[in-house]
Amino acid sequence: MKPLTRIYVLMASLALIIIYFQPLWYIALEAPQYPDGIEMYIWVNKITGQEESTLQNINILNHYIGMQKIEPDAIPELKIFPYIIGLLIALGLVVWKINKPRWMYVFGFTVLILCALGIFDFWLWEYDYGHNLDPNAAIKVEGMVYQPPLLGSKWLLNFKAVSFPHIGGMALAFSTFLLLWAMVHQKWAKTSY
Amino acid sequence: MKTILYSIAAVVMMAVVAGCGNDNGKKGAITSSGAADEVYVAPGEHDEFYEFFSGGFSGQVSVVGLPSGRLFRRIPVFSVDAEKGWGFDEETKPMLNTTHGFIPWDDAHHPKLSQTNGEIDGKWLFINGNNTPRIAKIDLTTFETAEIIEIPNSAGNHSSPYLTMNTEYVVAGTRFSVPIPQKDVSIKTYKENFQGMISFISVAPEDGDMELAFQILMPGYDYDLASSGKGPSHGWTFFTTYNTEKGATMKEATASQNDKDFIAAINWKKAEEYIKEGKFEEWTSPYCNNEMDESTHMAKSTVKNKVKVLNVTNCPGLVYFLPTPKSPHGVDVDPTGKYIVGCGKLSADLTVHSFDKMMEAIKNKDYETTVDGVPVLKYESVVTGVVKSGGLGPLHTEFDGDGNAYTSFFISSEVVKWKIGTWEVVDRIPSYYSIGHLSIPGGGSMKPWRKYLVSMNKITKDRYLPTGPELAHSAQLYDITGDKMRLLLDFPTDGEPHYAQGCAAELIKPNSKKFFKLEENKHPYAVKSEAEARVERKGNEVHVYMSSIRSHFAPDNIEGIRVGDKVYWHVTNLEQDWDTPHGFAMMGAQNSETLIMPGVTKTLLWEPKVPGVFPFYCTDFCSALHQEMQGYVRVSPSGSNTELKWWLGED
Repeated sequence: MKPLTRIYVLMASLALIIIYFQPLWYIALEAPQYPDGIEMYIWVNKITGQEESTLQNINILNHYIGMQKIEPDAIPELKIFPYIIGLLIALGLVVWKINKPRWMYVFGFTVLILCALGIFDFWLWEYDYGHNLDPNAAIKVEGMVYQPPLLGSKWLLNFKAVSFPHIGGMALAFSTFLLLWAMVHQKWAKTSY
Repeated sequence: MKTILYSIAAVVMMAVVAGCGNDNGKKGAITSSGAADEVYVAPGEHDEFYEFFSGGFSGQVSVVGLPSGRLFRRIPVFSVDAEKGWGFDEETKPMLNTTHGFIPWDDAHHPKLSQTNGEIDGKWLFINGNNTPRIAKIDLTTFETAEIIEIPNSAGNHSSPYLTMNTEYVVAGTRFSVPIPQKDVSIKTYKENFQGMISFISVAPEDGDMELAFQILMPGYDYDLASSGKGPSHGWTFFTTYNTEKGATMKEATASQNDKDFIAAINWKKAEEYIKEGKFEEWTSPYCNNEMDESTHMAKSTVKNKVKVLNVTNCPGLVYFLPTPKSPHGVDVDPTGKYIVGCGKLSADLTVHSFDKMMEAIKNKDYETTVDGVPVLKYESVVTGVVKSGGLGPLHTEFDGDGNAYTSFFISSEVVKWKIGTWEVVDRIPSYYSIGHLSIPGGGSMKPWRKYLVSMNKITKDRYLPTGPELAHSAQLYDITGDKMRLLLDFPTDGEPHYAQGCAAELIKPNSKKFFKLEENKHPYAVKSEAEARVERKGNEVHVYMSSIRSHFAPDNIEGIRVGDKVYWHVTNLEQDWDTPHGFAMMGAQNSETLIMPGVTKTLLWEPKVPGVFPFYCTDFCSALHQEMQGYVRVSPSGSNTELKWWLGED
């Protein structure tokens, strides 16, 4: 590997460590009678709110439209993802250590693919929460689905739902772009460093 | 003839002018749009000050914002409040217990905010019950009454709670001297048998726990109001007296004969020494101490029996009398702690005693005489100034911390501003009508906020749209930042506020609790989730372990209740969000509703009288499906075999 490529690989691997300490994603619900907002944080291994009771409060609101309860214990990804991230970090460090370009590409594509799959999986959960509604719900609005946006904001009845990556998610994005750049650099850069 | 005509014309003109003047005067001549701006708090914005008004004969405390005058909350204290279930639900009933049994009412007079180093600290509010002597403590994180202590050997607890500068003590005095201890004697033996009692109740610094530290047996006068020393005078508390004549009937005349009554200066540090030396008698005098347990949300009433009593006649150096003219009402120590202002309520003048002069007179034994075992200091030796007010009927004085004092005048219906040191009157402004107490936020402390003054008026008459013979008591807000006081606002108040005390909102606002944590709820009948909801029968007692959450109760259908049962509804509000109370009301219950804050359990007793199916429901509009938050309970005849069953969401 070119020396710079190697540094990119190391940085990309280490950046993934941030995911253990910061949320990946942030979804907020805004409505006038919630002056402090309702903020939900999606971590690699848990889902939290800005307060201990936020999830309970979201579930109370959601039950009127028949949405399933958000129960972190029932989401298997939250148990598996910490290991996958761990493996990725380990793989990155090994690639950095053995210094073989071919393994660098393997690492780069693995992160890219897993990142894409992760986002798709997140979207699937959102789809499920938004569409799979209790037919006996108290509030039924014809044609209305409640899938929160992946990125950006959307009106869901009286709530404006806002969704953005948090620091952990940005670290993952940073890592992914760094690896993309590392692959480009390794293959096409005319320099030897 | 011409002269006469001119004279008549002049008189008519004067009358017209005077009429206009009166009219302006009556409205208070405020008002430019400027005054409206000054009290306007824009929608969604907060007031600068909390002001706590006593409810007087309502027995409660109301929380008001200044400068807007808006009412935020009415805190139930000494009186039952069906709206909140206070005194009706099983948890709060013990708060109103006394040695006379359960009492649903009292007369609440003087709210006093706790202090540290002479400054308001925003932790607790204390208030006295006048009728059946008690002192209550309100926790300012929850705005709920947390403790009530009964004062034994007392009557007419008016000169109370007037706490000391580090809230070491709240005090209590007898405005109505009585036989102490109580006994069956002729009222005509007042002079021999009736006595006063001054009580010091200690306040624990950590949790505010009140304990009756000691009592001082005093001559049989009426101990009217009090003020504790600060700075140099820390360690002393001053009580005004009237009826040093010791009359028992037609007091309005008999108690007004002496030219001077006394301000009793009590050296409570000396009292502490006497207690330490064991110079007290231990009396058996039962009294109730009622405390709300924060973790169970249940009150417990404990009867205590022992009090330490110091007799003023054999405790030299404990009490001195300062002669003060004309049945003094209010006594107020200024923020420097150097001056003691007495308001002779039947006079035009105020009497200001100097603490330094008092100490000097005590040192020199400058006694006029000794009455009932207490040295009376020479008037000339203690008085340092007389404010020639030009008004009539002075009652109370507050201070702005910049060397100005403000005294209320009931008879001449005005606030008079005067200077400490020169004793000259510098400004005066009418009140509408007949002001009693007045309040500057931070009043009674060493650091008042000089911005607003509130007058609490005894007579309302035409100030608002009329509401029949009974009118709301009225308050006025004045700006006191400048040389001249300016009237800004009139606002009606709850009950009859005697005193009010306030402080900067920032001292209290950040600590205001949003809800109680469910996991910390230790109520023996609490349920932590719907799965725990159930009904249990013990003989004819039925305990419903019920939960409430938007928008249903669990269980919401119950069968197997019988006529003659005592049904205890233990409702736990499972919500964990700000401002999500649920209510509970049962048809036909000879009881109030109860309001249950998030994370709290409340118990309402219902004794069904007839068979049938009866509804219960949530009384606080909680959610979009609040109207659906209801349930049924089936009552079968006494002795029937209907199975005890309950459910939620089954058909």
